Amino acid sequence: MTESQSREVTFKVDGRSLRGRQGESLLEALRRYGYQVPSLCHHEAVSPYGACRLCLVEVQKGKRRKLTTSCNYPLMEGIEVFLDTEQVVSNRRVVLQLLLAQAPAAERVRQLAAEYGVNDTPFEVEDPENRCINCGLCARVCKEVVGVEAIGFSGRGAGKRMVAPYDETAEDCIGCGACVFVCPTDCIGMSETGGIRTIERWHRKLPLKTCSVCGRHFAPTFQLNKFAEWTGLPRGHFDKCPDCR
Amino acid sequence: MESKRLQEIVADHGKDPAQLLAILQDIQQEENYLPKETLKELARELGVPLARIYSLATFFSSFSLEPRGKHICTVCLGTACHVRGAPRLVDQVERDFAIKAGETTADRQLTLETVNCVGACALGPLVILDGEYHGNMNTAKLGRVLGSLKKE
Repeated sequence: MTESQSREVTFKVDGRSLRGRQGESLLEALRRYGYQVPSLCHHEAVSPYGACRLCLVEVQKGKRRKLTTSCNYPLMEGIEVFLDTEQVVSNRRVVLQLLLAQAPAAERVRQLAAEYGVNDTPFEVEDPENRCINCGLCARVCKEVVGVEAIGFSGRGAGKRMVAPYDETAEDCIGCGACVFVCPTDCIGMSETGGIRTIERWHRKLPLKTCSVCGRHFAPTFQLNKFAEWTGLPRGHFDKCPDCR
Repeated sequence: MESKRLQEIVADHGKDPAQLLAILQDIQQEENYLPKETLKELARELGVPLARIYSLATFFSSFSLEPRGKHICTVCLGTACHVRGAPRLVDQVERDFAIKAGETTADRQLTLETVNCVGACALGPLVILDGEYHGNMNTAKLGRVLGSLKKE
């Protein structure tokens, strides 16, 4: 951590004076103090991306006051933050209408929208079955946390989609399921049957390893081989499940 | 593309992942498109995940993942060209060669592409055939320019 990031700063939220670290995510600072700010695309384990646009707040810095996403707004000395102002709420409603049109089948989007009184959308629905909001959280976790980068966006603009390369089997995928776990709208899908783990959206099927002690399936063999490669631990270390080690 | 040639291109760029875009341009320059097998090999060669290469290759409309024709006809559909009748030129090529924009003729002679402004608005409507710029285009002139292709 650099010195400027660790410096303590004072900021205000709806008139209340608070402290935080210079440069940290405003959204994370707000949540630490217990403020409820909705968001779908943010996770503290990865870099902020500002894709879902739900974490809107108003920030006053000097004379300028503007609407901004809080997840990728760096905290700084003397800013004044306003949550749930009329402008924030009305803009958030429009964002929810857009998300509803994009991913009408996403349960979490529908719930959030309902909380804001948004039950239908004036925008054109392209795919009534779609649940993906193109927030890219899966790819950020795959790259930044898992260190694999097996998936990514293809195309741009209206044609932008999160896919495995060529929308075929993601051959770099280790089947860890981190993307499935973080996906805010549950649109990736993972199943385990007959000793095979399937990550549905990336068309990845991997045989599972059986623990040499208790005999249960615990992780894909491909993943364990990668772990052995990355950690330099003897391969035998990964013959047993974490409970039996 | 042969492995040896790919390795040469990669070496020309110092085997630097930051040069990925330039490497893709060089591959397309020689192959006319970005072959899947070449990109997979490039991923191994550079130590860059295929997902990142695929993202980049699909982001820019100047890259093609499908084989393209021997000749490439690019019609500018930027605002200036558009108001001066560029859509009519697209219609003309689509009709004469029985392809849609973005497609290639069955005999792999011609690919029709559209772009949104090439920055030569004073010359509009503009058609680029195999890298050569033809300004102040109209259907008659386009017919003459493309006529030579039809005879081949």
